Amino acid sequence: MTSSEHSSAPEFNSRLERRRAFSTIFKNSCAILSWLCIGVLGFLLVHIFSSGWEWISFDFIKNAPSRMPHKAGLFSALMGTIWIIVTTAAIAIPVGVSSALYLEEYAKKNRLNSFIEINISNLAGVPSIVYGILGLTLFVRFMKLGPSVLSGALTLSLLILPVIIIASREAIKAVPNSIRLSAFALGATQFQTVFHHVLPAAMPGIMTGVILALSRAIGETAPILMVGAVAYVSRAPHGIMDGFTALPIQIYNWAREAKVEFEGLAAGGIIVLLLVLFMMNSVAILIRNKTQKAQS
Amino acid sequence: MKKNWIVLFAFSLLLCGCEAPNTDGLYGTVRIDGSSTVFPITMAVAEEFQKAHPNVNVPVGVSGTGGGFKKFSIGECDINDASRPIKEKEIAKCIELGIEFLEIPVAYDGLSVVTHPDNDFVDQISIEELKKIWHPDSAANSWSQVREGWPDTEIELFGPGSDSGTFDYFTKVVNGKEQLCRSDYMQSEDDNVLVKGVSGDRDSLAFFGYVYYKENEAKLKIVPVSYNGEPAVVPDESSINDGTYKPLSRPIFIYLSSKSAVRPEVQEFVKFYLENAETLVSEVGYVPLPKNEYDKQLLKFEAFVEQSKNNSSSVE
Amino acid sequence: MTEVVAATFRQKTKKSKLIEEGVRCGIFLCALASVLTTFGIILVLAKEAIPFFREVSLVDFLFGTKWNALILPRSFGVLPLLMGTMLIVIGAGLIALPVGLASAIYLSEFASQRVRKTVKPVLEILAGIPTVVYGYFALTGITPILKSFNDEIPVFNALSASIVVAVMILPMVASLCDDALKAVPRSLRDGGYALGSTKTEVSLKIVVPAALSGIVASFVLAFSRAIGETMAVTLAAGGTPKMTLNPLESIQTMTAYIVQVATGDIEHGSISYHSLYAVGGLLFLITLAANLLSYKILKKYREEYE
Repeated sequence: MTSSEHSSAPEFNSRLERRRAFSTIFKNSCAILSWLCIGVLGFLLVHIFSSGWEWISFDFIKNAPSRMPHKAGLFSALMGTIWIIVTTAAIAIPVGVSSALYLEEYAKKNRLNSFIEINISNLAGVPSIVYGILGLTLFVRFMKLGPSVLSGALTLSLLILPVIIIASREAIKAVPNSIRLSAFALGATQFQTVFHHVLPAAMPGIMTGVILALSRAIGETAPILMVGAVAYVSRAPHGIMDGFTALPIQIYNWAREAKVEFEGLAAGGIIVLLLVLFMMNSVAILIRNKTQKAQS
Repeated sequence: MKKNWIVLFAFSLLLCGCEAPNTDGLYGTVRIDGSSTVFPITMAVAEEFQKAHPNVNVPVGVSGTGGGFKKFSIGECDINDASRPIKEKEIAKCIELGIEFLEIPVAYDGLSVVTHPDNDFVDQISIEELKKIWHPDSAANSWSQVREGWPDTEIELFGPGSDSGTFDYFTKVVNGKEQLCRSDYMQSEDDNVLVKGVSGDRDSLAFFGYVYYKENEAKLKIVPVSYNGEPAVVPDESSINDGTYKPLSRPIFIYLSSKSAVRPEVQEFVKFYLENAETLVSEVGYVPLPKNEYDKQLLKFEAFVEQSKNNSSSVE
Repeated sequence: MTEVVAATFRQKTKKSKLIEEGVRCGIFLCALASVLTTFGIILVLAKEAIPFFREVSLVDFLFGTKWNALILPRSFGVLPLLMGTMLIVIGAGLIALPVGLASAIYLSEFASQRVRKTVKPVLEILAGIPTVVYGYFALTGITPILKSFNDEIPVFNALSASIVVAVMILPMVASLCDDALKAVPRSLRDGGYALGSTKTEVSLKIVVPAALSGIVASFVLAFSRAIGETMAVTLAAGGTPKMTLNPLESIQTMTAYIVQVATGDIEHGSISYHSLYAVGGLLFLITLAANLLSYKILKKYREEYE
């Protein structure tokens, strides 16, 4: 090789300094944006806590709603919300995860299954009040379930089903194929592979989807209002066929009241709602952390 | 984990069978639904009633006057809170299922015209001037177009949503026809939100229910209204009660179904309502009817109950 | 001896085949639930929208520029509502999608385990805050801030609502994108590092494209949520249907209109009432079209590894 051939070879310019600088800038921008999100939450919470904290007391949780701000309480709404969420979870989680498993593990790529897929992503965008109208017509009137906890839970399940399915599908898709192949190689049936290997592996992602979905359900006002959640009732539901009210409805009602004390009560209601959400999320996160650790 | 869910589910199904123990005295459920305007009054009555009769459950919904009438006409609720009188199609639906109803006015709501506290030129306004502003044909845009001597700045209009009974009544009285109105005013479903809007804009003008003005007096300026050339009247408890604040005070109602009126717990509830309306209505912030009006309504109600009892026993 | 073992094996295989079929049928039925829901919605909407279209022509509805459904003189042109919805959705998307993705990249690629463990649950709590709260936040928190920039801004405006909807869908985008990014196998990243790439290059050029299907799925979910949002928009943007591209004016979205009529004092059975089903049907069709489009795009670009 002559020196002239050497010099015709292009210079290897790694531009390392520039790339490193860009990397740091990018990292910091992302960090700033993330902390901005947290900042917004912090601002919102501070705003709410400062208005609502004085109203939190044992009485507040124990009492029924009242027109007198100092006697008003959340009991019926809190119980209603708990009943609704538990029932909704019991319906939506099995159906949603099963649908996701079917679409990812069992379904062949035919027209019917594409149709189902498109359906699900479409349903994710339907406004919640349309589900309310559907729930009223189908569960309350047609199936004669009346304005009950069950009707509300069924309606909310339909609402959050797409979210659970879509998030679960992504989680299941992300399970490395090697897990499935090795299970089959050892003679497992499809049922055993899916339910004993793939499902546990996908559990962290599924739990994320479930958390998001149930959080959405707990805060929805319009659909349960249409199904017949009342604005005022002084007692907790006795069973799933009973009438009910829920925390977001109570909060919305208090926020609309003319007396200015009720604004503080609404903030207090929000604090309680957030606490319920927090407890729900913590349980799911514990499950997720446990399963995620088991994998990596 | 799934097993736990199944157990919980089965357990809750079991609980369906349980009911509150029946003791002597009134028990049962009185279902109420309807307007969010009437709701505060009905809720106050339900609260006090349940203290006196703890075994009666009185849930109150807010599906809106129209939604409430729909439920009322198919027997899903016993009483409808209504911020407007029943309409013809709704009456037809009731007749379809053999439901007769009794219209009971329970309070007055005085529609108040308000503006920003710093507004120093609007001291009173007449119905004709309001029409100039709100009617779609004239739709005055600046204060100077309404009355000579007023400044040339643009009026910022706020008002309740066009689906509400308040809107229906205001447009009927001011513009001559229900729902006839200019469409470019700022609407909101929530009166608290309207208060925020008005108190944030110096050229604002709005109308909404009296109780929201009362609760926010410091942030708003009330505009007395004059009618037919008479001196302008400020809305307050007495002028709304005795009818001198006109024509912007309107009655709000509850409707009772004949099929429900045969049940003792429903009868007791309506009786309790009319007997205690005067105090409870004022407590909530609305304006009660004159005392003898409530007595009159009670007599009408008792006659209606008798009639319903006779009708139902003749059907059987 | 082997006969017994072979017979037991055959029996077990028969039993597991039964379980197989049973499970397959069972979860297929679950998947069908979504199809049945769609049919249910279409049935309910169509049944009530038909009386509306007997009185208002489809052309007037789709191309009219004035929406006076509850005010006389009546006119049923849906374009103002459509424009209101689009204004809010696009505004919210422009804010939330980049910020959400950036946060997700930070959380999954750059942040320490400790930071991730605290921030992720916080994001999920944000996602669960009821929409009514955001609406009030818009009025009490954001609008005054906007007003301090320019006093002419009305109390109700589309920008406040867009910001609020953006804040609302942000945690969903961040959380789901984070999951998608985390699921990319380590081997891909390690390969990039081994070739001398910086962390950012690995993230942007390797991990993000690999996780694209999950990221786009989260975008679609977030968009859907933004379109279907009701309470916050009702409170912040106001209720005045208007044809405008100016985000500083007050407008009304399709969903806000649906809520207004469904829970208001309107007489059930009147043409104004039936208009809510027509608007609902249109909304449904729009989300269907958007989803079909994204589905086609996804199919083309999804990356598979292993």
